[in-house]
Amino acid sequence: MIEGLAALYIFMLAGFTGYEIISKVPVILHTPLMSGSNFVHGIVLVGAMIALGIAENTTQQAIGFVAVLLAAGNAVGGYVVTERMLEMFKPSEKKSPAGENK
Amino acid sequence: MSIVIQASYFLAAVLFILGLKQMSSPVTARRGILWAGFGMILATLVTFAAPELYENPQRITNYVLIIVAIAIGGGYAWMSGKKVAMTDMPQMIAMYNGMGGGAAATIAAVELLKAQGEVARAAEPGGMLSSIGIGSAEHLPMNISEAMGVDITILAIVGAIIGTIAFSGSIIAWAKLDGRLNTNKLLPQQQIINLILAIVLIGFAIAVYFATSLTPILVFFGIALVLGVFITVPVGGADMPVIISLFNALTGLAVGFEGYVLGNAAMIIAGTVVGSAGSLLTHLMAKAMNRSVSNVFFSGFGTAAAGEAAADESGGSMKEIQAQDVGIMMAYASQVVIIPGYGMAVAQAQHKVWELTQLLTEKGVKVKFAIHPVAGRMPGHMNVLLAEAGVPYDLIYDMEDINADFPNTTVTLVIGANDVVNPAAKKDPASPLFGMPILNAEDSDNVIVIKRGRGTGFSGVENPLFLLDNTRMLFGDGQKAVNELIQAVKEL
Repeated sequence: MIEGLAALYIFMLAGFTGYEIISKVPVILHTPLMSGSNFVHGIVLVGAMIALGIAENTTQQAIGFVAVLLAAGNAVGGYVVTERMLEMFKPSEKKSPAGENK
Repeated sequence: MSIVIQASYFLAAVLFILGLKQMSSPVTARRGILWAGFGMILATLVTFAAPELYENPQRITNYVLIIVAIAIGGGYAWMSGKKVAMTDMPQMIAMYNGMGGGAAATIAAVELLKAQGEVARAAEPGGMLSSIGIGSAEHLPMNISEAMGVDITILAIVGAIIGTIAFSGSIIAWAKLDGRLNTNKLLPQQQIINLILAIVLIGFAIAVYFATSLTPILVFFGIALVLGVFITVPVGGADMPVIISLFNALTGLAVGFEGYVLGNAAMIIAGTVVGSAGSLLTHLMAKAMNRSVSNVFFSGFGTAAAGEAAADESGGSMKEIQAQDVGIMMAYASQVVIIPGYGMAVAQAQHKVWELTQLLTEKGVKVKFAIHPVAGRMPGHMNVLLAEAGVPYDLIYDMEDINADFPNTTVTLVIGANDVVNPAAKKDPASPLFGMPILNAEDSDNVIVIKRGRGTGFSGVENPLFLLDNTRMLFGDGQKAVNELIQAVKEL
């Protein structure tokens, strides 16, 4: 379990990490990267599963169900869309002669 | 078992960070999403074995519910994600992002309701604490913050606000980009109403902190939902990518906060990384459009200038041209630069444009593509769309690289683009676009603009380029017009 100050350190370090990762990204990757980071916060699925898993009555189960539903949509949709977009960035396309790709 | 789960979460967090890092370079980007995907599957699978889930007396029902919810939510997203056209990608990102924000908010709702339930039980005469109660026997929780603890309550509430606003805001962004919602105006004095609503929301957030009953929690979530809608509706279409990116960052932050509430390190790390990376990405996008983030929210871009003013008012008029003439012009040109915009993608003309490019290249004409940083609905969107049509990378030029080349260009073909070639951005301080770097199409010998009609573009701003002496308009649907050009070039 993560508590108190330890969590504060994690927040701080993770914040700098995120900043570092993005700082030198070319414009053409803005959209895929946004989509990719959209996928990464799909990790909320794990929290949603726990929230539903610890539900004690019907109301909590209903809300937890919605949480898992939405979170699964975020994770799966984010992955599919990002993957489809990045599929077009195959290295071979970079300098391949015209018309050879696809 | 617990150590395996924790180790898996740790590994997932590492994979997310490495995956995102790889996604920031075109060469490794594909591997990046695979790594992150593997991390996600790992984290999801081990969560089934989490002790919190297993120790719950309701576990069988809950396990079934979890699997059903994943199947429905994931299945829907899988199908819609596979099916969506590349042009509609931005609104799908908005939609999936909204779902994530909604999930973070609902997690907070479950936690707050559980705490409220504990408070209610403690208040009953001879009430007993539930077995997992945080307060000790001699001190019964009087309100939600006592039941959950100060730090957890605050982060749960803040995460709930952010997540809920990101949820309803993203849905509005999706509806606007998908063309289902076309209004920029909801109420008069929207900004002031939003401010008042935000203050009321903070008031209710404090009320939830001290709450003993259910009502404040419900009102709190209701207001946050409405605020998300009110914030997003006035935002102009051209600024949508910035908003989506901002909501993406906010969702990340909300996920990080709810991760703290649940004591889940993977959520804290992944959420916070996305929160800060998304904030920087938002800033970079806004900068590429020469807008500041606060500007996007408070100026209502393009709402004042909307409406189709008659072209003649600004002096000069649009001059039409036929496809045959353009074909001749291009076939005997030394260099042709094509400036594609979102209009080209909507008309599905990119494949035809590539065909035309190949024809011209065979005739010895040098063809280049010029892409403005914000062409399409999002930075980089146009590159994706051209890549889909098979246009090789070495023909595609960034704004900085091509702008000096326009004076050497015989014909510049503008297809479905408008604001990114609007010279008012350079010359007219009164224009809402003023200061945005543009592609200097007007420097070339001839400018041909393929356009559906005489109206203004996405941002609703008048374009003086269309009235210049060296500009000719080729009216018509993008795909049809390019098809005519291909025929014209072939006949020569």
